[in-house]
Amino acid sequence: MDFNFTEEQGMLRDSLAKMIRDQYDFDTRRKVVASAEGWRKHMWMQFAELGLMMAPFSEEDGGLGGGPIDAMVVMEEFGKGLVVEPYVPSVVCGGGFLKRGTDAQKEEYLSGVMSGENIFAFAYAEPRGRYNLADLETTAKKDGSGFVINGHKAVVIGAPWATHLIVTARTSGGRRDVNGVTVFVVEKSAPGITTRDYPTVDGRRASEVYFENVSVGGEAVIGDVDNGLPLIELVSDEAIAALCAEACGAMKVAQNMTVEYSRQRKQFGTPIGKFQVLQHRMVDMFMEAEQSVSMTYMATLKLDEDTVTRKKAASAAKVRIGQGGRFVGQQAIQIHGGMGMTDELAVGHYFKRLTMIDSEFGNVDHHLKRYTDLSAGAVPVAAE
Amino acid sequence: MNLEFTPEEIAFREEVRAFIEENYPKELAGSGTREDLSREQFLAWHKVLGKKGWSVPAWPVKYGGTGWTSTQKYIWGEENARVDAIMPLPFGVSMVAPVIYTFGNEEQKAKHLPGIRSGEVWWCQGYSEPGAGSDLASVKTTAVRDGDHYVINGQKTWTTLAQHADWGFFLCRTDPTAKAQEGISFILVDMKTPGIEVRPIKLIDGTHEVNETWLTDVRVPVENLVGEENKGWTYAKFLLAHERSGIAGVARSKRGIERLRDIAAKETVDGVPLIETPDFARKISQLEIDLTTLEFTELRTLASEAAGKGPGPESSILKVKGTEVQQRLTELTLEAVNHYGAPYAYGMEATGNGAGIGPDYADYAAETYFNMRKTSIYGGSNEIQRNIITKMILGL
Repeated sequence: MDFNFTEEQGMLRDSLAKMIRDQYDFDTRRKVVASAEGWRKHMWMQFAELGLMMAPFSEEDGGLGGGPIDAMVVMEEFGKGLVVEPYVPSVVCGGGFLKRGTDAQKEEYLSGVMSGENIFAFAYAEPRGRYNLADLETTAKKDGSGFVINGHKAVVIGAPWATHLIVTARTSGGRRDVNGVTVFVVEKSAPGITTRDYPTVDGRRASEVYFENVSVGGEAVIGDVDNGLPLIELVSDEAIAALCAEACGAMKVAQNMTVEYSRQRKQFGTPIGKFQVLQHRMVDMFMEAEQSVSMTYMATLKLDEDTVTRKKAASAAKVRIGQGGRFVGQQAIQIHGGMGMTDELAVGHYFKRLTMIDSEFGNVDHHLKRYTDLSAGAVPVAAE
Repeated sequence: MNLEFTPEEIAFREEVRAFIEENYPKELAGSGTREDLSREQFLAWHKVLGKKGWSVPAWPVKYGGTGWTSTQKYIWGEENARVDAIMPLPFGVSMVAPVIYTFGNEEQKAKHLPGIRSGEVWWCQGYSEPGAGSDLASVKTTAVRDGDHYVINGQKTWTTLAQHADWGFFLCRTDPTAKAQEGISFILVDMKTPGIEVRPIKLIDGTHEVNETWLTDVRVPVENLVGEENKGWTYAKFLLAHERSGIAGVARSKRGIERLRDIAAKETVDGVPLIETPDFARKISQLEIDLTTLEFTELRTLASEAAGKGPGPESSILKVKGTEVQQRLTELTLEAVNHYGAPYAYGMEATGNGAGIGPDYADYAAETYFNMRKTSIYGGSNEIQRNIITKMILGL
């Protein structure tokens, strides 16, 4: 067992932290989030130049030979800085599918992910599917050697900025069947795709994406036709691990800000940080944040284990982070008092991001149930 | 970062497992959570390990430690928990011994460490007093210098298993004029010295686990002072902070969850196994997730210690979260056995669970739940732990 970061990972962390400190202060972020674009393409390209996008991919694929630990390092720093640029959608999800694709797909798309030129969004959620990755009303019907996609994908994070989409669709079977799900890669500009773009409560941009008779060739399929669910679950678990790391970064900052504020803020002639009831609350926040780090390591390190172990690990971490993030976020606001309610202070923005992380790729209830079902051996899985 | 065991570590696990299977006393199998064991039962495994050289893994090698890596210690804990082993008690091995080998003189090391290692000498802890529980620095027991001796007077309480003890380590006030934390000394006392009286305190679970210890004109040679006079508080704090590995009780709680799953598979609700009811199944899941969290927090702590960074801030969490998990486990176990938690097991073997009333797995369920409430109180209550984190980590 080894819990140390490599020298490269340490350097990646340090240089990324510096870049965020220098160019991603809270005021700058507020302006960016309020701008028409909602993000900075040049910032994204700077992240790419730093090697963030290449870090988690194998050298064979043109990456730097890292893996999920590198993505964890990146996302913890993104969490600390409330970075809105779409690393999880594009690099962890987009790249996660593509690196398991054909050589042709890697050549056409993956190198662009690593250079930052291709920006992916992952269109998996649907208006009525909640967190069930197989509950799909979007269909892809066989049409000669290709498919025709129809459907509506919900709250696709980062889609307004995306050049490409990864789309899950039903190619056979009933609405929630584990078999009959297929993954496609499409250009966002493909005829028949329309979007309604909007800002999210936590400073991101997302889209409702509509597919109307969108024709794709057979080469757009990633993995196997009808048996895409195991791959979708794998990439989703990788995304969960990365989101957990982001939440850890956000929790640490929210907790530190709260402790700092309690030192400054006086009531009844005393800094409120002298009140034991608040001290113990802040200790509980600290413990939640540290425990979240432990579980993020755990889930990240178990991504390459057998399927059931990996899924249980991801679900356990998502439960812990959901619970910890809620507690830390809520108490950070509470201890800041009225000031915590203002848009002007950063703390509320950490609270909002932590809140939304719980709803990405399944919330506490969903993952507690998934964990329980997996413990009982009750989860049907598609053939792997 | 990785979680893999090396081939050497796998071989080590095989070796340990085989040794335990061959040598763990058969008659004590599955007794690890009971509190009503005899002195011989408590010491049986310790003595076997002493002969093997495995009784004090955490000590420096020159005093008899094994020099195991943190991963090996982790494996050691896991393997012992598999058989619910009755491990060496902490009072000698992980409380007084580190103080002796860190602050004691050569005579004290030579005199005391071998007996602790072998399991021949039983130690007890004279810290708490009726007026000094969590506020440990307010000790009133006095040690007054009289020639070559200290004369000790006072009362200690919650002296765990002092009824079996050969020796005790006591915090005594040697300078009554000094401020609270100063003027305290750390003194080793032979429990057979005249003037010591150990009186049992019966606990809510029915066990005699702790005692009151009265000291009246107890004459102790001055060579039993550890380190410097009036510096005892430093050693006391060192002791409290020292033994962190194992405080979380991860391996044992894992075994406890396995037992809980077995029980919940046998109990039925409306004809359905309890473990298949969503409410109870999710309670177990949440507990297991909390335990996994604890396990990885402990592993991070061990890794940080092994890297020579000393215990990181996360180590302070182990006491609080470890005890919460242990308590929750006994709470759910009692819930699972329902009515058959009621028959009283201790002291009345003829009528209680021990006599075969109700299923075997219900034995001690309530008693253990009652007993485990102690864990968030002792060793610096969980509120005191939060005070420590407030001060040492949050800096408030």
